[in-house]
Amino acid sequence: MTADAMERRPGADRRARVWSGLARQGVLAALLLLILFGALRYENFLGAYNVLSVLRYNSMFALVALGMCFVIMTGGIDLSVGAVAAMASVVSALLSPLGLTPALLGGVGAGLLAGLLNGLVIVRLGILPFIATLATMLAAQGTALLLADNQSVSVSWDGLFVELGQGDLLGLPIPALLAAAAFALGSVMLNYTGFGRTVLAIGDNEEAARLMGLPVDRVKLGVYALSGALAGLAGVVLASQFGAGQPTEGIGWELFAIAAVVVGGTLLTGGVGSVGATLSGVLLLGLIFNILNFENGRGSISLSAYWQSVVRGLVLLVVVVLQSRLTGRRAS
Amino acid sequence: MAEITLQKRPGEAAAVRTRRRIKALARGWGAPLALVLLLAFNVLFTPNFLTWQTFFVNLTQVATIVIVATGMTLVIATGGIDLSVGSLMAIAGALAPLILSGALTGPLDPGLAVALAFVLPVLAAGLFGLFNGVLVTRFAIQPIVATLVLFIAGRGIAQVMTNGNLQTFSNPSFQWIGLGRILGLPVQAVLMVAIVALAAWILRRTVFGRHVLATGGNEPAARLAGVPVTGVKLAVYAISGLLSGLAGLVVIAINSSSDANLIGLGMELDAIAAVAVGGTLLTGGRASVVGTLLGALIIQLLRYTLLANGVPDAAALVVKAAAILLAVWIQRQGEGR
Amino acid sequence: MVDAAPLLAMRGIDKSFSGVPALTAAELTVGRAEVHALIGQNGAGKSTIIKILTGAHRPDAGSIQFDGSAIAPASPAEAQRLGISTIYQEINLVRYRSVAENVFLGREPRRLGLIHWSRMNADAAALLRQFDIDVDVTLPLGRCSIAVQQMVAIARAVSTDAKLVVMDEPTSSLDDREVEVLFGVIRRLKARGVSVIFVSHRLDELYAVCDRVTVMRDGRTVAQSRMGELGKLDLVMAMLGRRLTESEARGIHGTERAGGAPLLEVEGLRRGHRVRDAGLSVRRGEVVGLAGLLGSGRTEVARMLFGADAPEGGLIRHKGAPARFRAPGEAIRARIGFSSEDRKAEGIIPDMSVRENMTLALLPHLARAGVVDTARQQRIADEFVRRLGIKCASPEQRIRELSGGNQQKVLLARWLCTDPELLILDEPTRGIDVGAKAEILSLVEELADGGLGVLMISSELEELVQGADRVVVLRDGRSVAELEGDALTEDAVMHAMADGGEPAPGRAPAAAAGSGTGSGGVSGGGAEARGG
Repeated sequence: MTADAMERRPGADRRARVWSGLARQGVLAALLLLILFGALRYENFLGAYNVLSVLRYNSMFALVALGMCFVIMTGGIDLSVGAVAAMASVVSALLSPLGLTPALLGGVGAGLLAGLLNGLVIVRLGILPFIATLATMLAAQGTALLLADNQSVSVSWDGLFVELGQGDLLGLPIPALLAAAAFALGSVMLNYTGFGRTVLAIGDNEEAARLMGLPVDRVKLGVYALSGALAGLAGVVLASQFGAGQPTEGIGWELFAIAAVVVGGTLLTGGVGSVGATLSGVLLLGLIFNILNFENGRGSISLSAYWQSVVRGLVLLVVVVLQSRLTGRRAS
Repeated sequence: MAEITLQKRPGEAAAVRTRRRIKALARGWGAPLALVLLLAFNVLFTPNFLTWQTFFVNLTQVATIVIVATGMTLVIATGGIDLSVGSLMAIAGALAPLILSGALTGPLDPGLAVALAFVLPVLAAGLFGLFNGVLVTRFAIQPIVATLVLFIAGRGIAQVMTNGNLQTFSNPSFQWIGLGRILGLPVQAVLMVAIVALAAWILRRTVFGRHVLATGGNEPAARLAGVPVTGVKLAVYAISGLLSGLAGLVVIAINSSSDANLIGLGMELDAIAAVAVGGTLLTGGRASVVGTLLGALIIQLLRYTLLANGVPDAAALVVKAAAILLAVWIQRQGEGR
Repeated sequence: MVDAAPLLAMRGIDKSFSGVPALTAAELTVGRAEVHALIGQNGAGKSTIIKILTGAHRPDAGSIQFDGSAIAPASPAEAQRLGISTIYQEINLVRYRSVAENVFLGREPRRLGLIHWSRMNADAAALLRQFDIDVDVTLPLGRCSIAVQQMVAIARAVSTDAKLVVMDEPTSSLDDREVEVLFGVIRRLKARGVSVIFVSHRLDELYAVCDRVTVMRDGRTVAQSRMGELGKLDLVMAMLGRRLTESEARGIHGTERAGGAPLLEVEGLRRGHRVRDAGLSVRRGEVVGLAGLLGSGRTEVARMLFGADAPEGGLIRHKGAPARFRAPGEAIRARIGFSSEDRKAEGIIPDMSVRENMTLALLPHLARAGVVDTARQQRIADEFVRRLGIKCASPEQRIRELSGGNQQKVLLARWLCTDPELLILDEPTRGIDVGAKAEILSLVEELADGGLGVLMISSELEELVQGADRVVVLRDGRSVAELEGDALTEDAVMHAMADGGEPAPGRAPAAAAGSGTGSGGVSGGGAEARGG
């Protein structure tokens, strides 16, 4: 058994590596092709309005997917991000009369707390990430509804708070800039810090990471906290962008984020992943929706917006099947 | 390595044994006990609790969750998970009105239409379940990702079929499944009990049931003992699909309408929660369908109790989360590792 | 001779797990710049003493002196800080990360607080070049050969200033050329003043690279010596705890069961490094033993015969006709049973009852229309519980609660109740008490008398010699000897395991002195398997 595993490794790993490279290039190539297709086919596709609104709208998902990417690279999963974002949106909306800073810190802080809770339950109680974050998801949903008294909470329009989601800086939407900054930081963190390398080592082989003396528990706690904080930030953006804290938003965000991460070539078993490709994955899935809109706008065919889920599902299917084929992990 | 037997000083050993017994008791009897306590609390403190109406309301609300959670129990018993149940409910729920109205086939004999409206959607959901199984076995994709595909695409398929529109209908013979009574009991409650009984019997008494548990209990060992592991896994995902389809029909029958955006939304989590609270091991190998029924009833009753006593629904969610964690934690304690 | 101030001196180490002793007054002394062999059978206590040394377990008693001071490492990380690094059998590195990262993970060179990749790569390359390893350090580790992966693990250890490197079966999956590279590295380590503890079951290797040897058996240190002072046969005898003179006696059961028709014939079986050319045959009513040191490919051969793994080459004939079982189910239908050596991982279904575990393979035949005939199942369970003397509260008790010996009996019953023609038993007596051992062995004999063919793998020579009609010896994945009749003695089996059944020249390098050769020559066999 063990001998077999060792003998199979080199081949399987080569395929895994090839896969990861291919996926990184592949998702980028697919994204570029989709953009090219859209640019050639639709008049206003590359117009400032469309580009900026796609970026603005998808920045929330991008933030959530970034956190999810880190969690998945350790071999874990975080189902609570959508609910945590909703909760954070309520918290920041409630705090928005106090000004931008308290609202921002409050929302992100609420997310961070939820993330820490996830991490502690997983690391200290040894409960599977799937279940631990599922429970946090329910708890966050409940907390959001309680805080918001079962309705959406309008934000204060006086201060700078709404600018965070709706404003522009240097001609670019602020949420998109936030997301871009987060991804840049995330990329540096993954590639140039001990934390990032430990994340990958844990997902690769947790036992080995422990034996190498790496701070496994602390880093695991860290990724869930990071995921929570980013979900919190996404919630702040949500509240600011739509002018209200939305206690019932965020349903299904976690699965969308997982899909984006997987499409970005990150192995769900952990150990291999890319921050940049995750961004490509988010944009790819987001553009599918955008293109369907344009297609309907042309009126030549009438594909309802509902096709987007089907297409997203198909994209995910193609990716996971390819992943399974290329990494050679087959049922024996 | 040397066999690990329990040989400690007498007093310590006794203490360990007592602690173990308590843990084992908590694991075995925690769920029924919690249910009894909840019932007792309600009988004492909740006004109008002991009425048929309360009983039926709770039963109808819990029935679809239990039906889906029964399939989920089988999947989890093999060490898998099925996230697609809610979407498969939506597919079945979207399909049935299309058949009833003849939109799919052209006008049909009413009797035939009702029969087809029962059979085809459930079969379709079963086929999608089988597709999950193929991804898990043939392609060795982790169950959570494999079923994520249909979680996303499935609801889209349902929405595309109905163009996202609310389909209303009125067809008493079809709606019998959601509104009818058998011996004074809601049909779906009878259905729920029948399915739970059948699944519990299958799990205990049939070769298939034992193979399910052997697969989840120790897959390499099961394979070496000649258990057709691949076939077993295909079957449980297909069954989960079939039961989801059935639950989808119940939901639309109750509502006299079908909204593909809403049918079964969040059902995967309710079902998994019921399974977890019911004492089924989430890593597979130990499963109790009756436990799942109890788990669903506990969650339902917990929510009802809180609501009936003036606690908002939202707070009930937080309590539910705590209940799930507690149940899973108790289970882990019993593992003695 | 032991140095005046050895690098490591572990003395009087006791360790028990839940009251069962794993080590009793065990000793291990390693000098400076010394390559030290640590050998022993499964359960001899090698891994326990290593785990104590590397901080994974705490000893119950005894002292550890390392580099001039007493130590008591509480974790692998602490042992590493003290200068003790371990290269685990399952290479404990992260395979998707680059070679350089694997060397430096946790201690990456930084610039402005960020990882300085170019310096890290250069440092890693320089470090590996010191060992004459020339690889692209930016490649993911998983793309390198197992040998290079080990070199990387060693380089990591050395770069943490290890004074003692523990290598747990480092050569088990290396080919000959890779082993040479590894030895080169070990010699360089030695030249740098680093000591090495080398655990291996390939005896030739020990002579090629080790200075001294410690032999363990049953949790005790039974021999410590310079490598050259012990011959291979002495090593095997020390490991097995037997003397030549004691073991002359032939097994007791004199009644030669006349082998019936051949059930299974195997020639030239191959798979990976582990199985290179295995051949054997089993006839009805015959117990065939399969002997060999750990890592000789015994289990791998058995799994292929049962259809659990696919052979890469070779011929299997079942009752005279070529057969290829693609899954255990097919082998079971051909009335073959296989009981794995790893009861926990591949045998029991822990949460199921004794009755369920026992009838798992029979289940399809116990059912009408898919419904299990519980009454019949009950009868069968009761019958076998009685026949095999399985001690359990009732057949409804969970199997995980039974003792090892009783679990093993249940697993035997799992196959016996299917009425097999051929039973493959991999280490059927491992980890069970003496009484249960004897019962299982006499049961095997009884079954063979009743016409069952049995292929029994065992590390215990006594068991094989007394219980088997014939013994096939595997060495490095090859069938090297087949012994039967008067030629079947423990000596002969030991010789074959140690030397591969080849006459003197192959064995005994410079160190032949004192190796008690002589008596009980090896008959039969040679390097070729006798197909049928």
